Amino acid sequence: MARIPPPQPPHHLVEGRLGAWWELFYRYGPPRWSFYVRHAWAGERLVIAVPYLWLLLFFLIPFIIVFKMSFSEVRLAMPPYAPLWEWVSEKAVDVRLNFGNYLYLLTDDLYFSAYLYSLKVAAISTVFCLLIAYPMAYAMARSSPATRNLYLMLIILPFWTSFLLRVYAWIGLLQNNGVINSVLLALGIIDEPITMMQTDFAVFIGIVYSYLPFMILPLYSNLEKHDFTLLEAAADLGAGPVKSFLRITLPLSRPGIIAGSLLVFIPAVGEYVIPSLLGSTDQLMIGRVLADEFFANRDWPVASAVAIAMLLLLMVPIMIFQHFQSRELAGAK
Amino acid sequence: MIRSRHWFSKTGLWLGLFFLYAPIISMVVFSFNNSRLVTVWDAANSPTLKWYGELFRNEQILGAALLSIRIAAMTATGAVILGTLAGLVLVRFGPFRGRALLSGMTTAPLVMPEVITGLSLLLLFVALEQLIGWPATRDVTTITIAHITFSMAYVTIVVQSRLAGFDNSLEEAALDLGARPAKVFFRITLPLIVPAILSGWLLAFTLSWDDVVVSQFVAGPGSTTLPMVIFSKVRLGVSPDVNALATILVLIVATGVVASSIWMRRQERRREREIQMAVAANK
Amino acid sequence: MAERRNDTKKEPWRDPSASAYVELQNVTKRFGDFVAVNNVSLKIYQHEIFCLLGGSGCGKTTLLRMLAGFETPTSGRILIDGRDMAEIPPYERPTNMMFQSYALFPHMSVAKNVSFGLEQEKLPKGEIAERVGEILDIVKMREFAQRKPHQLSGGQRQRVALARALAKRPKLLLLDEPLGALDKKLREQTQFELINIQERLGVTFVVVTHDQEEAMTLASRIGVMNRGEIVQVGTPSEIYEFPTTRFVADFIGSVNMFEGQLIEDLPDRVRISSPELGGVVYVDHGISAAPGANVWAAIRPEKITLSRAAPADTAENCATGVVKEIAYMGDLSIYLVKIGSGKIVRVTMPNIERLADHERILWDENVYLSWHSSSPVVLAQ
Repeated sequence: MARIPPPQPPHHLVEGRLGAWWELFYRYGPPRWSFYVRHAWAGERLVIAVPYLWLLLFFLIPFIIVFKMSFSEVRLAMPPYAPLWEWVSEKAVDVRLNFGNYLYLLTDDLYFSAYLYSLKVAAISTVFCLLIAYPMAYAMARSSPATRNLYLMLIILPFWTSFLLRVYAWIGLLQNNGVINSVLLALGIIDEPITMMQTDFAVFIGIVYSYLPFMILPLYSNLEKHDFTLLEAAADLGAGPVKSFLRITLPLSRPGIIAGSLLVFIPAVGEYVIPSLLGSTDQLMIGRVLADEFFANRDWPVASAVAIAMLLLLMVPIMIFQHFQSRELAGAK
Repeated sequence: MIRSRHWFSKTGLWLGLFFLYAPIISMVVFSFNNSRLVTVWDAANSPTLKWYGELFRNEQILGAALLSIRIAAMTATGAVILGTLAGLVLVRFGPFRGRALLSGMTTAPLVMPEVITGLSLLLLFVALEQLIGWPATRDVTTITIAHITFSMAYVTIVVQSRLAGFDNSLEEAALDLGARPAKVFFRITLPLIVPAILSGWLLAFTLSWDDVVVSQFVAGPGSTTLPMVIFSKVRLGVSPDVNALATILVLIVATGVVASSIWMRRQERRREREIQMAVAANK
Repeated sequence: MAERRNDTKKEPWRDPSASAYVELQNVTKRFGDFVAVNNVSLKIYQHEIFCLLGGSGCGKTTLLRMLAGFETPTSGRILIDGRDMAEIPPYERPTNMMFQSYALFPHMSVAKNVSFGLEQEKLPKGEIAERVGEILDIVKMREFAQRKPHQLSGGQRQRVALARALAKRPKLLLLDEPLGALDKKLREQTQFELINIQERLGVTFVVVTHDQEEAMTLASRIGVMNRGEIVQVGTPSEIYEFPTTRFVADFIGSVNMFEGQLIEDLPDRVRISSPELGGVVYVDHGISAAPGANVWAAIRPEKITLSRAAPADTAENCATGVVKEIAYMGDLSIYLVKIGSGKIVRVTMPNIERLADHERILWDENVYLSWHSSSPVVLAQ
């Protein structure tokens, strides 16, 4: 929808004695009925307001509540927490800010190691994702337009099928009596089944598998735009294929690498389903810890504190992602 | 020289595709297995449709699937409306106060860990209930609201990039020719972004249909979605009727994707031919 | 060139009693700190083709968009047909615009594009069809009526855009770089078609362009813009022959500029001593500047004569130099001559006779440059 510029006061008003006042009235006063209602679509402000209010109410305010909750005390009641402030008498408010939840996070080793473990798992998975996705995206970008679309469809197709079921499929493959072990045993490569379920390896596989399209797509859309003659120019100037890849293709694809890595890394840190299905119960990831605090222990304040700490941890990568995202869209224009 | 690297990446592509499809294929194969031990092939009595029969007798799964479809359809519709509005505002409305916050709030859900989204929305619903008595129970409504919130971001991105590809002057031209803004929207802007709206709808539908984490937080006792059923089922170990369910889903999705891509290919070819004809006619 | 006959009826700006169709009064437009249009006052008369000419970012498109109603002036007022446009949105203005990108609706056929404006007027269907046919005939596009924009070539799209803008029979047509996207041959051809259509329909055109040739061909008058201001308004020949500032002289065509001091300032003649030239410029018309002031003498390359033999009068309007570069363009040749002060002077000579190479003036030859005393234009700023 095109935007109509706001109206200006008619000149007979501006030139009158009260001209300056009219200008102020037009700029800051109530909407001009003559203009907004008769001419412009009165809904322009409504169009802004609807998604805005929705996101404020269901995205921003919930975070403020989580923040508030992280300072509350747990209580055996429903809902299971104490209010942050209470009217003690008619005039006095009793504010109880409780930093105990955060102290608890710092003192109990469980949380700290869960954070570290989550970061480790997310980082390793991101690296593997990148290593697998880059050649794929590169080969897609270099193929003819018709096959390119076919590949694109093949990459996206698993994404449309259920994520949960795709993770589930790996259980069948990785189990002790699963497909991989059976095949290896039958071929005589191993004598007894390898334990793969409930290991870090299973979690890496699950995350890499589920998030691979999120790495391939940004990489592909970046690599696809590359000017192939740049490589010819580099070859012409005497650079070998390895050197021209390292010096030209790789630096130019940096935005794609960063966008893809963040799209994998950030959600992977908070991943809950994959480690619950494939991972071990000895070492928990932070998403699992949060869910357990919430569902099993019913300790909402500590769960909130875990969430806030996770957000702080992810703040920097999220901001980098937003920066790149807005730049990407500005570039599309 | 360049070809050698091409060969390397091509092998990578095929290995990657194998990696993507092997688990799905094994799931499909074992759905026809007679044995309860999912991964041991019972050659004597397979293939069999036993698990499909069992699946269709399982009322819990069928009920949950219907509920999930209902929620996904409502989510997709709501997300498309809100996401399209947000995309329009961000691309076409130029600078206004609070624009940065809006664009931040639309991109953040793309990477927000699901556990945080789920927790924060549940706390909001609890706080609202205490404050105004709504929502009294957590049910389809709360799940739908939660799903709309995280999936509208995807719609916004799709609509935004489609709109950014069109010149502002199309809408200005319509205004200039005497159409009022509302009419400009319905005659010009909307027809142009219909493809983006459709793919946004499908995307939001899938995201909602797929979601288990957020649903677990905001669902009430009577509203168990299909992914929640599957999740609790497979946590206890593999079960063959899930294989059958997965096979059906893969079949539906594959048919849909293949059909739509063939249709799109055809459209594109026709368009290309027309352009060629136009160019040829000019010479 | 489609030069207009010198007819006072056709030059309403010379008639003080004529009323302007479009009037801009002290119009200023700021975007934040950036002043896009700075205090522009302008009158445009009916049946004119008025060209706004300037480089990119000079504010010409902003000015056009303010006329169309897509921007409102920060201050000042715009009158069209005597009516204040302050509160009139684009869709109620008596103007139509042809966009630089053509902005054809990609999902509508040519006929639908053209009829879009008429449908907004709620005309009966029969009349719409009739008028669409009529206007498509004018731009010779009737046989393409059912095509979609992507099935058209660039030139055809341009015609459809023009037809769409003309369909509502606007009194004022705004054209933003109407020929910018066409190749050179097509552009020249289309220029004359535009003029024909304008004369036939009696519409007032305001054209924005950065192409001086286009402006010279199309315009009844040109307004040259620089940094948001209109620096000179005049007919094409006025702008070319009598530029009032160094910017205009330099922007339109090419020019040799010699800085110097006024040493004689009489009502009918002027002498300028220019160290840059290494001599005196004698001009046979008066100017208004203080004696001793710093001025520039601007001489067009085609008004300078190049010769091996010394001209009759070597004291004034004459210089000597060495030929440094020659560019043979076919119809004319461009010479770059280095004169005594080290300044390079540009001279163009029409290739009237077919000369053998040894008869031409060649590289490194010593030559005389001379010009008629009516040729230089004296510029004070």
